[in-house]
Amino acid sequence: MTSTSDSAPAKPGSNTNWLLLLLKARTFVALLLVLAFFSVMAPNFLSTANAILVSKHVAINAFLAIGMTFVIITGGIDLSVGSVVGLTSMIAGWLVLNGIDVGMGWTLYFNTFEIAAIVCLAGITVGWINGILITRLNVAPFIATLGMLYVARGAALLFSGGRTFPNLNGNPEYGSDTFPLIGTGTFLGLPVMIWMLIVVALGAAYIASRTPLGRHIYATGGNERGAALSGVRVRRVKMFVYMFAGLMAAIVGLIIASQLRAAHPATGEFFELNAIAAAVLGGTSMSGGRGRIAGTIIGAFVIGILSDGLIMMGVSSFWQMVVKGLVIIAAVVIDQAQSRLQAKVALAQEVALNK
Amino acid sequence: MTLPQQNGETHPVGLTIRGATKVYPGTVALKDVDFDIRMGAVNVLVGENGAGKSTLMKVIAGVETLTSGEICIKGQPVHFRTKDDAVANGIGIVFQELNLFPDMSVSENVFMAREPARFGIDIDHVLVEERTRELMQRLEQDIDPNTTLGHLRIGQQQVVEIAKALAQDARILILDEPTSALSAAEVEVLFRIIDELKAQGVGIVYISHRLEELIRVGDYITVLRDGEITGSRSMQGVDIPWIVQAMIGEKSKDFSESLGHEFGKEVFRAEEIALPKMGGGFMVDHVSLSVRAGEILGLYGLMGAGRSEFLECIMAQHPEARGRFFVDDREMREKHVSGRIARGIALVPEDRKRDGLVQIMSVRENITLSSLFQFTTLFHLSLRKEAARAAEFIRRMTVKVASPDNPISSLSGGNQQKVVIGKALMTGPKVLLMDEPSRGIDIGAKAEIYHKMRALAADGIGIIFVTSDLEEVLALSDRIIVMANGCISGEFGRGANAAEVIAAASPASAKSKNKDMVS
Repeated sequence: MTSTSDSAPAKPGSNTNWLLLLLKARTFVALLLVLAFFSVMAPNFLSTANAILVSKHVAINAFLAIGMTFVIITGGIDLSVGSVVGLTSMIAGWLVLNGIDVGMGWTLYFNTFEIAAIVCLAGITVGWINGILITRLNVAPFIATLGMLYVARGAALLFSGGRTFPNLNGNPEYGSDTFPLIGTGTFLGLPVMIWMLIVVALGAAYIASRTPLGRHIYATGGNERGAALSGVRVRRVKMFVYMFAGLMAAIVGLIIASQLRAAHPATGEFFELNAIAAAVLGGTSMSGGRGRIAGTIIGAFVIGILSDGLIMMGVSSFWQMVVKGLVIIAAVVIDQAQSRLQAKVALAQEVALNK
Repeated sequence: MTLPQQNGETHPVGLTIRGATKVYPGTVALKDVDFDIRMGAVNVLVGENGAGKSTLMKVIAGVETLTSGEICIKGQPVHFRTKDDAVANGIGIVFQELNLFPDMSVSENVFMAREPARFGIDIDHVLVEERTRELMQRLEQDIDPNTTLGHLRIGQQQVVEIAKALAQDARILILDEPTSALSAAEVEVLFRIIDELKAQGVGIVYISHRLEELIRVGDYITVLRDGEITGSRSMQGVDIPWIVQAMIGEKSKDFSESLGHEFGKEVFRAEEIALPKMGGGFMVDHVSLSVRAGEILGLYGLMGAGRSEFLECIMAQHPEARGRFFVDDREMREKHVSGRIARGIALVPEDRKRDGLVQIMSVRENITLSSLFQFTTLFHLSLRKEAARAAEFIRRMTVKVASPDNPISSLSGGNQQKVVIGKALMTGPKVLLMDEPSRGIDIGAKAEIYHKMRALAADGIGIIFVTSDLEEVLALSDRIIVMANGCISGEFGRGANAAEVIAAASPASAKSKNKDMVS
């Protein structure tokens, strides 16, 4: 994004510039390090089958992390996405199994596309409610989405009285027999869900860097008042990011229900925390205004590879949690160092210019 | 500079500053300043914004250190490295913006961070309350130490702030614009407190822009202009023209000459704009005005006169405001900033940091933020077009920047201001609203911005600019409107008399005018 290194006139800058470049690419460096480490330490880690397996694990988190990144860039947070995953997978399960009872003995069944559309709409609606709470009723994002975390989880449990919807194989008569393919199908050798991730990630990165909406998202997080006075429709921007986060959660809900061919109301517990971790690891600033989709994806991969690799090495899951936590904290510490260094370099350039 | 001898005897000098010079990168804030604070008297300090008053006070309060020069208390040189050093030497300061905790009680506020405690951990609430009560008695104020601070009126909160300074045994009390937020009755209370403190031998430094008030309350007056002392004497025989003369002086800053163009037809009109104030009354009290194409309209007044609020009303920041705006004779009904920008209104806000810029974004992203849709087809933002347009405006505004992708925060204040103005201009405005456009920037950048304003007016843009700088409003405006207490209290053409403009700006004149209208 910035071309600080090539336009720096100052001589003592060359060392700092190298360091800055290294710090900027830190998530990528971390990814290479964990890859290298597990290729050596864990047997079969580098096989194609394992790579696809890890990617599938990562994808679940990456969807949520992409939505979370937008929310965090605006200076907010969405704690409800994990619960929305549970709720939307239950909705998917209900639609596949029971359809919608329209009364008078009629029941409406849907095909796979219709089910996917309805589930996505449900996720967007939850995001819309979050957005209304935050922009119109001035509830702090943390509180609004914390409330939604409980409400959505409770609703998911109420759907089935806490039971699992089993055997979501669909019915060819209604065109819903393709439902399991969302999570298990492959296209050109890659799982469908990976293709979906690629499309979503490219779309999100495009929004972030090449549309006015994306610029407005960054401006809102950087200085809400200033953005509003510059003509940015701050409320609309916030509505968008929460609705987008809801959509991401719905996609994950669909994928999980389809993969397992079952919908369990406890699905997605603590997913929101993994999503936040991936975003932060990828360089998203919790105070808003800073973050990139590519960084988030890499962050999701670092976390995913770390946990899968440690499992393959046979490290206990207790140690895995400790390691994951340390990596996240280290990422933020390095992030702070980078911001300081970057400010110093830019200031040095301006001083050199004004001399 | 010489002070009458007999006054020197009745009011001993408590603190002297000799040869004070303070250099900031790029500007000299104080040049060889001598200043005496006399005990048991009110030492008035007056000067325009940026004259160096607040720097001088920060030096005395230990917030800043001098580049050269010395501070003596009772003949002994002292060095204040931190605020605590100054407090230990009996110096208390009450800033214009009160530094209080609204959700805590009065006594907790008074003893904030200095709570008397048993064994260093257990706060002695009884003692805290007792001593607060004593202080309130000394100030003759009936304020219960247990009241939550936020429930007090603003005048009472100020009393609490004064009590806080006195609780630290302040012998010298600096009051920075203490009356700017007070009602007339509260001002009287404050003056009574000042009289009592004087009688107790406290030396008071009083900073204000309200000249009648200074003459009434002051014993000694010191006038600062561009970091230099231009007048220092006892208050006897001082009148407003003398102060204005000392404040503004003969030599003028570079305001660049008017380009001598004709004005076009009216581009903007406000009719009966009213913005209700919390607790009754109006921040903006039914203001009507108009500006013609190519005209520079100066909106002068003191802090709290409602000038910035009026501009905010134009920019749709106060949905509760009433009244109508017209651009090119068509009513502006747009409810949102972006709609108003599209109608040709652009605002350069007063507080650059808070309202004008997104600090963590680059210069390019800031300057194009209001105009992104110019480079957008459907939803695709052309980064190439954006960069080209940003470069064009950086050149036009003569912003000094190594790379347009550097963060805005790395620029100097003057260059940041040019970016804010550039952002406003990129939207292609018909009417440019500028709130204190020259605040906090150095003289060179000021001259450039004045020059720019002239050039824009010559291009047919109507400019409304708000300022508290008398010299600026007199030199730059084609027409001056003075506001006080939310009303328009005077209108002057080019070449207006400085003393008349100041008189119109005082809140008292607004009141008497209102009375005239009633009777």
